[in-house]
Amino acid sequence: MIAFLASRIASAAVTVLGVIVLVFSLIHLVPGDPVEVMLGESASGADREALRQSLGLDRPLPVQFAAYVSGLARLDLGTSLHSRRPVAALIGERLPATVQLASAALAVAACVAVPLGALAAMRRGSVFDQLAIALATLGVSIPNFVLGPLLVLLFSFSLGWLPVSGRDGPGALILPALTLGTALAAILARMLRSALLEVLGEDFIRTARAKGLRDAQVVARHALGNAMLPVITLLGLQLGALLAGAVITEIVFSWPGLGSLTVEAIQRRDYPLLQGCVLVVSVSYVAVNSATDLLYAWLDPRIRLAGP
Amino acid sequence: MILTRAAIVVLAGWIVLALAAPVLGLDPHRVSLPHMLQGPALSAPLGFDELGRPLLDRLVSGARTSLLVAIAVVFLSLLLGTFIGTVSAWLAGTVDHVVVRIIDVFLAFPGILLAIALAGILGPGIDNVVLALTTVGWVGFARLARAQTMTLKHREHVLAAVALGARAPRILWYHVLPLIAAPLIVEATFSIAAVIIGEAGLSFLGLGVQPPHASWGSIIQEGTRYMLVAPHLVIVPAVALSMLVLAVNLLGDRLRDRLDVRRWE
Repeated sequence: MIAFLASRIASAAVTVLGVIVLVFSLIHLVPGDPVEVMLGESASGADREALRQSLGLDRPLPVQFAAYVSGLARLDLGTSLHSRRPVAALIGERLPATVQLASAALAVAACVAVPLGALAAMRRGSVFDQLAIALATLGVSIPNFVLGPLLVLLFSFSLGWLPVSGRDGPGALILPALTLGTALAAILARMLRSALLEVLGEDFIRTARAKGLRDAQVVARHALGNAMLPVITLLGLQLGALLAGAVITEIVFSWPGLGSLTVEAIQRRDYPLLQGCVLVVSVSYVAVNSATDLLYAWLDPRIRLAGP
Repeated sequence: MILTRAAIVVLAGWIVLALAAPVLGLDPHRVSLPHMLQGPALSAPLGFDELGRPLLDRLVSGARTSLLVAIAVVFLSLLLGTFIGTVSAWLAGTVDHVVVRIIDVFLAFPGILLAIALAGILGPGIDNVVLALTTVGWVGFARLARAQTMTLKHREHVLAAVALGARAPRILWYHVLPLIAAPLIVEATFSIAAVIIGEAGLSFLGLGVQPPHASWGSIIQEGTRYMLVAPHLVIVPAVALSMLVLAVNLLGDRLRDRLDVRRWE
């Protein structure tokens, strides 16, 4: 297990280094002179030089990169050009809202997907099964910037039940969480269904049935646990889609999280802030996926014993 | 299957409309303030937007943008990804290690976040959208093509070709590519659906085509501001977009079953 742990962490570290290189290069992809783009054409030469110096853009690339990495090691993500405050502090303020939204979406997805996927697998080929598959296909086909406004139209404008946007009170969380969670619910339900169908064909299920257990007991006590393994891996991977989806969902509902901060950074050409947002989200994603891998290995001895 | 037929009709319908857009005499940029936010009329069966422009005309011209971007991005990603994936698997060794690492780094960026950041950095515009979505899109094809080539590398017909002195490009082109085409085509179909959503998402955030030009994402975004008085401005493009993506996804499912892609995995 320790060897597995070490190899997973080493591989995650290399990936994070690659992510840092890519995020660092982003500012150099700005067409033309990034300083001019950030300050606008009316800026004075002295202002430009000052910004160029404070961003370190006047130094050679390797020096810039070394400075960037050593900053990161001290959790220094640079300074926002717009608010003149540390990027890390700005991200820290917005992070809880995104974590809250993503967790709520995850809860929505799990609550919908587990019963839907399990029932569909138990009644394979039935009308319910076909309906569940159709629902799942529909769920992945509706982008969140389409679902969000439609939900607002129905539940806020027509019925007046829930707030249109913002983050005041628990009611405000419902529509964003539904919007963000739907696609994930659809993917999870499909995955759980096919994983369950595979497990239900195994010998130990036949044994459980032979003991006289009812369908629901077989699924709940013997099949679901085994079927969850691939689903957990998928969940880790889908978290990325969740985080990226949060960008658009947060814009739709004016949710004050990391996603709307990212878009604000783009609109204000606040590149240090944009780099910080992208880096934090990507590194958390790598961390979660490595954690998922470890969890998977811990749950299933076959993985850690076979080696990475 | 009635669903498959419906999906084909939806997809073919939009393709024909998008292709024919220039000769249909559309007027997506005709501003007419007296018609602002009005419902359906003879000259505009789907009503008017906030500047009195006919929604149907804008929807069809937006479909042209969406499909053009989708085809360009998927074509470029497929080409680049397949090339990198097959060559990497074939060469193995250090090259392959480096390619796998690069793929891992790109996969470490969640979903279209990298595309959002890139489009934001490069500035708005259709070419930058294609560039941003391709930068994100090639990875999936590369990973798939690499995995498929690995399984084929030691097949007898490939070994025979090597023994006969065939060179790598010839082997990859004649002996590997035809066998990995099926899963790549299925992946490309799902990828078209994803890119349509991606382009609309970028346009929704204001990073795609710029006004006055229309994209389904920007039409929906403009519509959300007038949802209370003119809900059709959101509902119509929302339904159109979802139907198109649903149709492509259904066809992808059908294609996967038909080509029996599971066998190759």
